[in-house]
Amino acid sequence: MENHFETGIANLRQKLLVMASHTEKSVNDAVQSLTQRNHDLALRVKADDDVIDQCEVEIDDLAIQLLTKAPLATNLRLVTVAMKISQDLERIGDEATKIAKRARDLSQEPPVKIQLDLPRMASCALDMLKAALDAFVHHDAAAARAVIPRDKEVDALNKDIHAALVQHMVENPDAISRCLHWMVAAKSLERIADHATNIAEDVVYLCEAQDIRHTGFKNQGGVA
Amino acid sequence: MAETLIAPTAATNPANAAASLIEIENLSLYYGATKALKNISVKLEEKLVTAFIGPSGCGKSTLLRCLNRMNDLIDNVRIEGLMKIGGHDIYAADVDVIELRKRVGMVFQKSNPFPKSIYENVAYGLRLHGVKNKSDLDARIEQSLQQSALWDEVKDRLHSSALGLSGGQQQRLCIARAIAIKPEIILMDEPASALDPIATTRVEDLILDLKKEFTIVIVTHNMQQAARISDQTAFFYLGELIEFGATGKIFTNPAQKRTEDYVSGRFG
Amino acid sequence: MNTLTPSEYLPEKTSDTTRLTRHFRAEKFDFWSFFFSGLTGLATLFILGILATILLNIIVNGWSAISWHFVSTIPKKDFFDANTTGVLPMIVGTSFRVIVMTIFVIPVGVITAIYLTEYAANTSIITRIIRAAVNNLAGVPSIVFGLFGLGFFINFIGKNMDALLHNPTAVWGQPALIWASLTLAVMTLPVVIVATEESLKAIPPGLREASLALGATKLETILKIVLPQALPGIMTGGILAVSRAAGEVAPILFTGVAYYMASLPAHLSDQFMDLGYHIFVLSTQSPNIEQTRPILYATVLVLLMLTFALNIVAILIRARVRKKLRALG
Repeated sequence: MENHFETGIANLRQKLLVMASHTEKSVNDAVQSLTQRNHDLALRVKADDDVIDQCEVEIDDLAIQLLTKAPLATNLRLVTVAMKISQDLERIGDEATKIAKRARDLSQEPPVKIQLDLPRMASCALDMLKAALDAFVHHDAAAARAVIPRDKEVDALNKDIHAALVQHMVENPDAISRCLHWMVAAKSLERIADHATNIAEDVVYLCEAQDIRHTGFKNQGGVA
Repeated sequence: MAETLIAPTAATNPANAAASLIEIENLSLYYGATKALKNISVKLEEKLVTAFIGPSGCGKSTLLRCLNRMNDLIDNVRIEGLMKIGGHDIYAADVDVIELRKRVGMVFQKSNPFPKSIYENVAYGLRLHGVKNKSDLDARIEQSLQQSALWDEVKDRLHSSALGLSGGQQQRLCIARAIAIKPEIILMDEPASALDPIATTRVEDLILDLKKEFTIVIVTHNMQQAARISDQTAFFYLGELIEFGATGKIFTNPAQKRTEDYVSGRFG
Repeated sequence: MNTLTPSEYLPEKTSDTTRLTRHFRAEKFDFWSFFFSGLTGLATLFILGILATILLNIIVNGWSAISWHFVSTIPKKDFFDANTTGVLPMIVGTSFRVIVMTIFVIPVGVITAIYLTEYAANTSIITRIIRAAVNNLAGVPSIVFGLFGLGFFINFIGKNMDALLHNPTAVWGQPALIWASLTLAVMTLPVVIVATEESLKAIPPGLREASLALGATKLETILKIVLPQALPGIMTGGILAVSRAAGEVAPILFTGVAYYMASLPAHLSDQFMDLGYHIFVLSTQSPNIEQTRPILYATVLVLLMLTFALNIVAILIRARVRKKLRALG
C-alpha cells in the first residue's frame, strides 16, 4: 500500500530541489556574465527567471493543498519551510536578474580600470547558497548552522568593494555610472548571501523545530 | 452479467456514452412528512473519490444510502426525482436491488465483520453471487485481501475469527469483503471515524489505491480526511447540496459563504 | 532526554487545587446508604436461605432412599412399598414428554419470533394482536392448558384422526404422550418466542446491513447471518422452556399421564407415568404415610436431578455453540 501523503511531501521536496537548481544556475550565470562581460549569457538569466517564478507559484500551490490535509510535526514544518525557501529562492532569482541587467549594461561599455574582490564575494555567496541547499537536501542542521556566520564575511567584502568603488568614482568621475552598476551588483550578491542565511535558518527549524532567527544563539548547538 | 447496468446506454445510445457514472437529478427524499433531501442534482464521475461533507443531519449519509437503496429498509421513506447509475434509473420498477447492491458495494462506519472466519467473511458475498468452486474462491479471496493490503497480515490465519483482528484490520476486511464481488462503486459511510490515526492513515491510503479501479463515494466528518483523499467534494447543509466542486477549491476557496463558514469551522 | 515531571510542564499549583482536595475528604456517616445496603443484603440472604433449606431438606431425606434399584425398576401396581418400588417409567416418561415438547416448541417458537422481528411491521395491527396473544398465553394458568389440550388435541384432532384412519378403537383420541407434549409446547411457546425475539433483536443491525449491502436477500441474511448468531439465545429459550415444563403436572393431567403402567411408553400414542404426577400420587394416595415418606423424598430428588441434568446438557451444548461462534463461523 502506497503512503499517499508521503508521496505528496516527496513531490514537494522534488519541486523545491528543481527550483533550487534553477536558482543556483541563474546566480552562476549572472556572476559569469558580469565577470566575463558576456552579453548573451546576461540575457539568458532574465529568461530563466520566469521559470523560477513559475516554480514558486507551483510550490506554494502544492504546499497549500498539502496544508488542507493537516500535516503534523516534521511534515508540517517541511511544508511551511518549503513555502519560505521558495520565496527566498525566488528573491535570489530576482537578485540574479538584477546582476544580469547590470552585466548587460556593463558589457556595452568599456571596462572599469579597477581591481575588485567581486569574484571572491560571488563565490562566497554562491558557496553559502549551495551549502544551505545541501543542508536542506541532507536534513543536516549542523551544516546549516555553519552557513550562517559566513554572511558576515560577505558583508565585509561588500563593504570593501563599496569603499573601493567610492574611491574610484572620486578619482574618475567619468566612470561613475559604470561604478554604480558594479555597486548594485555587489549589493545584490550581498542580498543573495542574506537569503542563503534565511534558508539555512529555515533548515535548522526544519530539522530541530527550533527558531534561531534574531536570537544571537546561531552558533550554539540545539537542545535535542 | 457485469454489463447489465452499464452496457445498454453506452451501446444503444451513443449520445449518452460520455454521461457520468452517477447522475442525480432533482432528487428529494422524505421520511414520512419530513423532507430530508431537497432537490439534489449532481453528477459523479467514474474512478474518482467524491467526499460528502456537512454537519450531522445534513443528509449526506441519507444520499449515500440512496445509491445502493439501503434506504429501502426503512419504513416511510419516499423518493422523488431521478438517480441514475450508468444511465439506468436505479429506482425504476424493473431494477433488481440484489444486482444493484452487487454493483454498488458499501463499507460502514462501524466495522461489521461477520462473526465468522476471515476467509468466510470474504467468501460470503462471493458465494451469494455464485462462486462455489474452492479454487476460484481461494483466488478471489486472496486477490481482494491483497487489494485491501491485508493479505500479509492475515494469510497465516485465514481460518481464525475475524473478530480477533484490530479495528483497523476489521475495517480493511470489510473493504476486502466489499471489493471481492467486484462492484463498480464503493460507498463508504465514515469508514475511519472509529479508528486510531495510524489505522485511519492506512484506510485512507487504501482508498487512494482503490481509486484506480473503483469509483468511491465517501461520507466523512473529517474535513482534512476529505482533503486528503477526495478529488471532488460536495457540501450539504439541511438537506440541500450547497456546493460541489474540486476538493482543492472547496477547501481553499469555496464559492459559497456557507461552505466557507463550515470548512473554516464557524458552524456545524 | 530526561523525563519531565509534571511540575516542569504544568503551571504551579494554585490555591484552587488545595480547596478541591479538601472537598474530597470523607463525609460524615451516611445512615441511609448504610440502611439500604443492609436491607438489600438481607433480602438476598433470605432468598438464599429458603433455597438452601428446601434443597438440604430434600437431599438429606431423599438421598438415603435412592439406589440403583430405585431408579432402574419398573414398579408393581403397589408402588407405595419402599423396598420394591422404582421410578424408571416416571424418569422415562418425564424425559420423553420434555424432549418431544422441545422438538415441537423450538421450531414453532423460532419461526414465530422471526416473523415478528424480521418481517412483521412493528406498528401493524396483526403484529400487535400476535404480541398480545403471546403475552396472554404466558399468563394463562397451567390447568387451563390441560383442559385446552383435552378439548383441542384429544377430542378434536385425535378423534378426527381416528375417524380418518378408520381405527376400530381409540388410538389418537385418548390421552397420549404426544398430546401431553403438544400441550406443554403450547404452554412454553411464549418463553421460546420471547427469548428468540430478544436474541434476534440483540444482533447488531450492522451485520444485517453488511449482508444486505453485499446483495444478500432477506432470507439469505436471516439464514446465514442472523440465525447462527441467535442460536445461543434460542437455546436459552429452550432451556427455560425445559425447566418450566419438566416440573409441570397440571397440563398433562388430562392429556397423557397415567396413574400406573406396567411397561415403558414405546409409542407417541402411549400414555406414560411422570415424576411430578407420581409425587402428587405418593403424597395423596398413600395408605401409609410414614412408609411412603422416604420414596416421596427420593422421587422429588430424582425430579430435581433430572431437571438439573436436562439443563446441564442444554447449557453444555449452548456453551459449545457459543465457543464455536466466537472462534469460527
